[in-house]
Amino acid sequence: MYFETWSAVWQMDGHGPYVWAAYSLTAFVIFLLIASPWFRARQLTQALRDDAHRRAAKASLTGENHASEA
Amino acid sequence: MWSIVHKMGSPPWFYRFANRAIAWLLPIVLLALVVGSIWGLLIAPPDYRQGNSYRIIFIHVPAAVVALAGYYVMATAGLMSLVWKIKMADTAMRALAPVGAALTFIALVTGSIWGKPTWGAWWVWDARITSMLILFFLYLGVMALSEAFDNKAAAAKACAVLSLVGTVNIPIIYKSVDWWYSLHQPASIKFTGESAIDTSMLYPLLLMILAFYGLFALSVLLRMRTELLLTYRQSAWLNAEVS
Repeated sequence: MYFETWSAVWQMDGHGPYVWAAYSLTAFVIFLLIASPWFRARQLTQALRDDAHRRAAKASLTGENHASEA
Repeated sequence: MWSIVHKMGSPPWFYRFANRAIAWLLPIVLLALVVGSIWGLLIAPPDYRQGNSYRIIFIHVPAAVVALAGYYVMATAGLMSLVWKIKMADTAMRALAPVGAALTFIALVTGSIWGKPTWGAWWVWDARITSMLILFFLYLGVMALSEAFDNKAAAAKACAVLSLVGTVNIPIIYKSVDWWYSLHQPASIKFTGESAIDTSMLYPLLLMILAFYGLFALSVLLRMRTELLLTYRQSAWLNAEVS
């Protein structure tokens, strides 16, 4: 490691605020880039699964009605 | 070659491919970003002229490099969608624009933060910086156009034309530091000849560039997958795939 103390890491001879601001902002944008489509996809697959279950339940219900009619 | 293009043009194949690629890329990209950042922030020595502010290079340059390369990818997708009417190329273009915009945004903002201690100004209307700002607006333009039409085919056409016209800007950005008198420093890494950067700084920089390429691929695949889930939610293949 180049720096000797953690406070030196934080301050970076006066450049600390610039460097850390740049890195935090980048980390935030990267988080959004990954998390937003990730959770959206999860939401969409869940909705598709729920629909499939609902359809299956409905199908089995109408299937039973047909059975009782016969 | 053509069989690959043909396969990639098939939404079910691409959906499965994206799922697998995302599972691989996500841990690798995150690890590379963390290792590269620690290397650049804590291990690499400071610059003899700029001191520690130069550490911003490890995110600024990778973001800018990939934002520029990404524009070519988007324009290529635009061309494929325009000429061969490949739907997946349109999906790719719509996914690429916001990712490119985000990377250009990172490059602009980190550059601005770096400029303050180095040049004494947050912003200068310099050739390199101004042409990067135009790149940002080109990405935003494609994003806006893709939402501006009710007809998807018309939107794809408009986006493709804009992205192709915008490629004029890319060589201008590359060459801007040579063509105009510029505050912006010239490239540190050269493909031919010696790089103007010591290996203790070069290795973390190269790692971060690779990490950002990975991040780019990952984000685009994530967005394309979401787009497929929306477009084909009525299709039997997708319902079979998710259940």
